[in-house]
Amino acid sequence: MSLTKLVERLVQLVPVLLGVSVIVFLMMAMTPGDPVQIMIGDQNVTAAQEAQLRHDLGLDRPAYERLALFIGHAATGHFGESFYYKRPVAQVIAERLPATIELSVVALLIALMTSIPLGVLAAVKKNSVLDRLATVGSLLGVSLPGFWFGILLLMLFAVQLHILPVSGRMGFATSIRPITGFLLIDTLLRGDPAAFVDALKHILLPAITLGLPMTAVLMRVTRTSMLEVLRQDYITFAEAKGLSRTRVLVRHALKNALIPTVSVAAIETGSLLGGNMIVETVFGWPGLGRLVVDSIFVRDYPLVQTAVLLYAVTYVLLNFVADILYTFLNPRVKL
Amino acid sequence: MTEPLPGCLLEVAGLRTAFHTRAGTVRAVDGVDVMVRRGECIGVVGESGSGKSVTFASVMGLIRSPGRIEAGTIRFDGQDLRALSPRQMRAIRGRDIAMTMQDALTALNPALTVGEQIAEVLEAHDEDLPRRGPARRRAITDRAVEMLRLVGIPSPAERLRQYPHEFSGGMRQRMMIAIALSSRPKLLIADEPTTALDVTIQAQVLELIADIRARLGMSVVLITHDLAVVAEHCDRVMVMYAGEVVEEGPTQAVIGDPRHPYTKGLLASIPRPALRGEKIHPIKGQVPDLINLPDQCRFQSRCPEAGPDCLARIHMHPAGPGRRARCIRRLDGGQADE
Repeated sequence: MSLTKLVERLVQLVPVLLGVSVIVFLMMAMTPGDPVQIMIGDQNVTAAQEAQLRHDLGLDRPAYERLALFIGHAATGHFGESFYYKRPVAQVIAERLPATIELSVVALLIALMTSIPLGVLAAVKKNSVLDRLATVGSLLGVSLPGFWFGILLLMLFAVQLHILPVSGRMGFATSIRPITGFLLIDTLLRGDPAAFVDALKHILLPAITLGLPMTAVLMRVTRTSMLEVLRQDYITFAEAKGLSRTRVLVRHALKNALIPTVSVAAIETGSLLGGNMIVETVFGWPGLGRLVVDSIFVRDYPLVQTAVLLYAVTYVLLNFVADILYTFLNPRVKL
Repeated sequence: MTEPLPGCLLEVAGLRTAFHTRAGTVRAVDGVDVMVRRGECIGVVGESGSGKSVTFASVMGLIRSPGRIEAGTIRFDGQDLRALSPRQMRAIRGRDIAMTMQDALTALNPALTVGEQIAEVLEAHDEDLPRRGPARRRAITDRAVEMLRLVGIPSPAERLRQYPHEFSGGMRQRMMIAIALSSRPKLLIADEPTTALDVTIQAQVLELIADIRARLGMSVVLITHDLAVVAEHCDRVMVMYAGEVVEEGPTQAVIGDPRHPYTKGLLASIPRPALRGEKIHPIKGQVPDLINLPDQCRFQSRCPEAGPDCLARIHMHPAGPGRRARCIRRLDGGQADE
């Protein structure tokens, strides 16, 4: 992995971000609804006041000018002020980011920890009951809409069984002074195991809901590539060496079978971003996804545009991570 | 089960291995006897599908579902291999019986360095190594380097850190042999060791196997479809056809005076410089379908000498000193084995 390659990748980001900026801007501009009208709501304001507000927000300028201004400011790291929160957009997003990252990481961990062992087992015990269950399960996992599955989980575990909370990151009774912003880490750093358990209970259902489609996809990828690998000569040769079954499966088979799984996982992590908006809304999770959904409703242009840019950057970087992991697992490929 | 013969390392009797597929049961190996003496090199010849590889995969306990060993005994070094637990079998596999495969490119794991692939054999089988710690690591590296040197790989210490794709074809084949031999097995099963190689490299690899065999005093089973290779390297030869042994005996005798029409056909289909300009004579027809084989001579449909009496079950007959053939045309006066 050379420095030139890294620079090359970063340079590639520029056209992507430009394109994304334009598209988001156009989509927001074409969406019916006027942010000024939404802000005013039922209040009695004069036409002059309304014009003043429009001018303050910069909405009295032509669209191309606003787009140029946004791109110009963004290039220098200024994303403007949120219409709704009246604070710098970067600040509002930064506050919500830890919750979303925490949720995504837990979802990713759940997905990886269930899909890979299941995929391996399904491949090793091909056509067994377990294999069939896993295959049907993964089909369901891919096809179930996240909001519906999330609501089902809520009805069962929160409403019927009362073992898990309905929404939020923490119960009202618990509070923790933030250090990193990640509650699971902060509660441990503060030495508050009860709060940790509380945070864990809160994150469980949203993380499962968010990770489900990914689990399903990764399980199938792992199963398929594992089946492919198990047919290879090097597996027979490894067995002929008299190695233990576990060693043959893990060191020889899984290391090769994981190559496609890891690439897909890194790219699928990008899809968690989209899933976040739905899951955070269903579970009242105070993260970026919900912030974006709310901001779309109030036509908070600067916030939505900046958040989408952030999504784009994340997506491109995840693809980059996928490439790096790929070369790491597959010595035949060099970046 | 008869008493093991003195000097006999591997003795397979009446081996039957079948694959149960949807289309029917494929009797890949159907009543095969094999005998390998200590220090001996035996050639196993036959075309694809003759059962030669499956026979020795059965010996190594590497038959996977839907395949199954249905009958027969496999005695190795005084032990009944079929009676062993999977764990006991693993201890023998790779330590006492090692195997090389046709193509080292596919047999070596692309994601592991060759050093790791050789070290794991030593870790699994070598009881002389120090129990743990850096001394163990060092001992393993030393042994690995020694093995690479033995098979003639230059600058072995550096090459241990490389991956299989960084080696040339010939070097990879040597690498695979080094891995197979690293635990100093008593028996090496070399499955088509030269098929994937250039002619010049073929000779080198065979020389290497012969050389190591002499040095380590191990027995070698050379599975091949190349009778020239057998003529040069093997003490005895076993010819297989459609899951059966059709002829066996000392190499020179079998090649000089084949007793089975199939062996004859194989010899006639080798192009020879001495017979330049003459037509080579391929064996006509195809290997029979191994599903639902009738109880008769399996070569009969392709045999130039076949007659009505070949439509019965044919047994192995003595065919000269230390020789047997599954043909009723050139009986040497002896009685058929049952």
